[in-house]
Amino acid sequence: MRLLALCAAGACLLASSALAQPVAITNARLITVGPKGVVEDGVLVFEDGVIKAVGDARTPIPADARRIDVKGSVVTPGIISADGSLGLSEVGSVDGAADNRTRTPGLGAAFDIQYALNPESLLIPLARSGGVTRAVVSGHAGGPGLDGRPQLFSGQAALISLDPATRLDVRPKVAMSLDIGEAGAAASGGSRAAELIALRAAFEDVRLFQKNRAAYERGELRSLALSQADLEALIPVLDGRQRLVIGVSRASDIEQALRLAAEYRLKIVLSGAEEGWQVARQIAAAKVPVIVDPLANLPGSFEQLGATLYNAARLQAAGVEVVVGGGGSAGGVRDLRYNAGIAVARGLSYDKAIEGLTLATARTFGVADKLGSLEPGKIADIVVWSGDPFQPASAATAVFIAGREQSQQSRVRALRDRYLKPQP
Amino acid sequence: MTRRLAKGAALIGLFLAASSGALAQAAKPAPTETALALKLRPGLDPRGADFYPSTYKPIASRPVAIVNANILTGTGAEIRGGTIVLSGGKIAAVGQGVTPPAGAQIVDAAGRWVTPGVIDAHSHLGAFSSPGVDGTRDGNENVDPVTPQVWVEHSVWPQDPGFDRARAGGVTSLMILPGSANLFGGRSVALKNVPATTVQAMKFPGAPYGLKMACGENPKERYGSRGRSPATRMGNLAVTRRTWIEAGDYARRWEAFGRRGTGDAPKRDVGLDTLSGVLNGDISVQNHCYRADEMGVVLDLAKEFGYRVTAFHHAVEAYKIADLLKANNVCAAVWANRLVGKMEGNDAIEENAGILQQAGVCVAIHSDSATVIQRLNIESSIALAAARRAGIQISDAEAVKWFTANPAKIMGVLDQTGTLEVGKMGDVVLWSHNPFDIYAVAKKVYIDGAQVYDDDDPAQQHRSDFELIQPKEVN
Repeated sequence: MRLLALCAAGACLLASSALAQPVAITNARLITVGPKGVVEDGVLVFEDGVIKAVGDARTPIPADARRIDVKGSVVTPGIISADGSLGLSEVGSVDGAADNRTRTPGLGAAFDIQYALNPESLLIPLARSGGVTRAVVSGHAGGPGLDGRPQLFSGQAALISLDPATRLDVRPKVAMSLDIGEAGAAASGGSRAAELIALRAAFEDVRLFQKNRAAYERGELRSLALSQADLEALIPVLDGRQRLVIGVSRASDIEQALRLAAEYRLKIVLSGAEEGWQVARQIAAAKVPVIVDPLANLPGSFEQLGATLYNAARLQAAGVEVVVGGGGSAGGVRDLRYNAGIAVARGLSYDKAIEGLTLATARTFGVADKLGSLEPGKIADIVVWSGDPFQPASAATAVFIAGREQSQQSRVRALRDRYLKPQP
Repeated sequence: MTRRLAKGAALIGLFLAASSGALAQAAKPAPTETALALKLRPGLDPRGADFYPSTYKPIASRPVAIVNANILTGTGAEIRGGTIVLSGGKIAAVGQGVTPPAGAQIVDAAGRWVTPGVIDAHSHLGAFSSPGVDGTRDGNENVDPVTPQVWVEHSVWPQDPGFDRARAGGVTSLMILPGSANLFGGRSVALKNVPATTVQAMKFPGAPYGLKMACGENPKERYGSRGRSPATRMGNLAVTRRTWIEAGDYARRWEAFGRRGTGDAPKRDVGLDTLSGVLNGDISVQNHCYRADEMGVVLDLAKEFGYRVTAFHHAVEAYKIADLLKANNVCAAVWANRLVGKMEGNDAIEENAGILQQAGVCVAIHSDSATVIQRLNIESSIALAAARRAGIQISDAEAVKWFTANPAKIMGVLDQTGTLEVGKMGDVVLWSHNPFDIYAVAKKVYIDGAQVYDDDDPAQQHRSDFELIQPKEVN
């Protein structure tokens, strides 16, 4: 249990399984999302939580390997959910069971959900049943700002594993969250302009703080808009070390986000971007990835009048990195694969849809060296499917996270089994 | 359902029940209906009236024959390589070896799939419209737990872009319900999903009204948090019972007036009109309810006051009481698997619909959402797949009823639509794939024989006034 202790101390980063025996998955249709593309009759070998070999039927298999003949099943990298509150919220309406939101005054950028993650969340096995092996999870700090000033940042996201045995292998602080547009304006006294001004002022404050810590400590700096904790939290964002995920919808707001990013050399990710297709070339030119909800096609607000089912396909066609999102609520993460299928039905290529659930997400959050594809050296997050992963009729028949085969038991499964009548 | 009225009038049943009774015949000759109505000023006599009547007219169309189609009829049949003919707005023929009539437009399905038009028995389109702003939030009269006096059709905005999105998902008919904040939410309305400028022009001709009721967390939390009853589930029941007593008394006073034929008429009460319509069997009860135990209580509540629950909506725990629902002939309108983030939704399982189907309960997959309504076939597919994995054998031909015939039954319009049978409305969807396939999209949608959507032709994709010049590209 050395591994457990390490992870609990927060020191374990994408830890691999302690399982030592090599495993060989044979007779698989490998959708590698890597350089080998799709391999028919493929072999995948992993050991100690890491993929050792990916190839066709001639791939050497270690003599001591546990062999799993999947009889032609599809095998993919584990799905990485790019949004949602998995591990943070059990029942949204029950305050005591929902740690994804806070209204603490003056707490924004520093809000860090890593401390609230619950490896025993009953929704985690549910998400795994949908082939999800990792998730970027975030919360929302929505309290009032200091001295009546706007509260701009929602806090920091973490990347988790869906293996409770590794205490979720938490990688904290993978991104900072911010809303631009109606939500941001609402937090800034009602105008988008006010928010963009407040944002720039906040960034200037962070710079000032960063360069004059001693003066700050002595109380000799002018008053700053953010608390010390929030100022500290934003330094990695301004240094370009931490991604800033910007929730934004309207085309003109996206342009503002891109401008802000260029001005401060921020590493940004767009989330939502319902009107992104209208400014797809600018997004592509800025090399900014977009987390798309392929189902978002309603003009739900005046910043989404251009929402369309073709957003993902059009963004992709313009060269934008598309991450398939929209899992949203903790319970909805399970259905992420269907969102990819629906995007395909509206023009996204199949390959890009799979990539949008796996490698594109890994790249977007800076972990593509370890996750997102079936390649030697990567962590063995692997899903075996009974058919096309996007089809409801298919199921994840086996899920490995860092080489560890996951239980298929869940509370909903137990409920089903209690009430299911024997077949006549 | 035998007492359902052809014209959608709410209270004819009340009048007939009174005037045909033995007492009425024993007294002096009963005045004619006309004579009685003349005694009261317009709007003061609810009996036999058809207020806000449907002005729906089918769109003119020429005969069309969809050939080489795999057809799921909604009656439990699957026809391979069949033809369906729509003529005069109706289904004129369906089956293998059908010869298209001369002059009919021929649509070659090329082996693709045809189903009845999709029907949603639980929608708030037009009442909670897009954009979702204060100015369009018209679905919950949440200032009092008892608001049977509201009619959701008086909120419905026909320009809600959600209607167009739903049509692109194959939806041809839908029931709009008030929200679930109140124990008695108000009167529902059945619509045909056609572009229109008034709600009357969408109203499903001859469809009965429904009454939206709710139990559980929504009412008790809405009002309990305001320091008033109901604050608990037992409070929910107490307020509901008190209201039914009022309704029974109101119905009795009109009955007595009908028998007397003279004297002062009871003062009309629009809310109690709706409730006495329920007690007389003319208005269906559409009951929002999640938990098994609460549904069990509601079934006894209905017995206490002598009405019938047509369907439980959401009913996430219906699988726990499948036999009870079957015995009471109650339908369940459910999602596939949605965890709604409330305690009462905590036991949602994907096999709910399948377990109910296995027990012989009438199951509908509903949306309650402007997004889910666009893919009720996929929502059904998720439930179907889970059922099959659990070992429950359900054919595609049966499961298609979940978004066609069964919601039509819940809405009381199964005699007019919901299946592909000769003589029924020509409400039809031609799909790109088998409708349970994730890649399935509605290619062509017909309502009363007229094509109202073509996935390949932007000119055949209606945009509401609200979206007329939105910055959308052609496909």
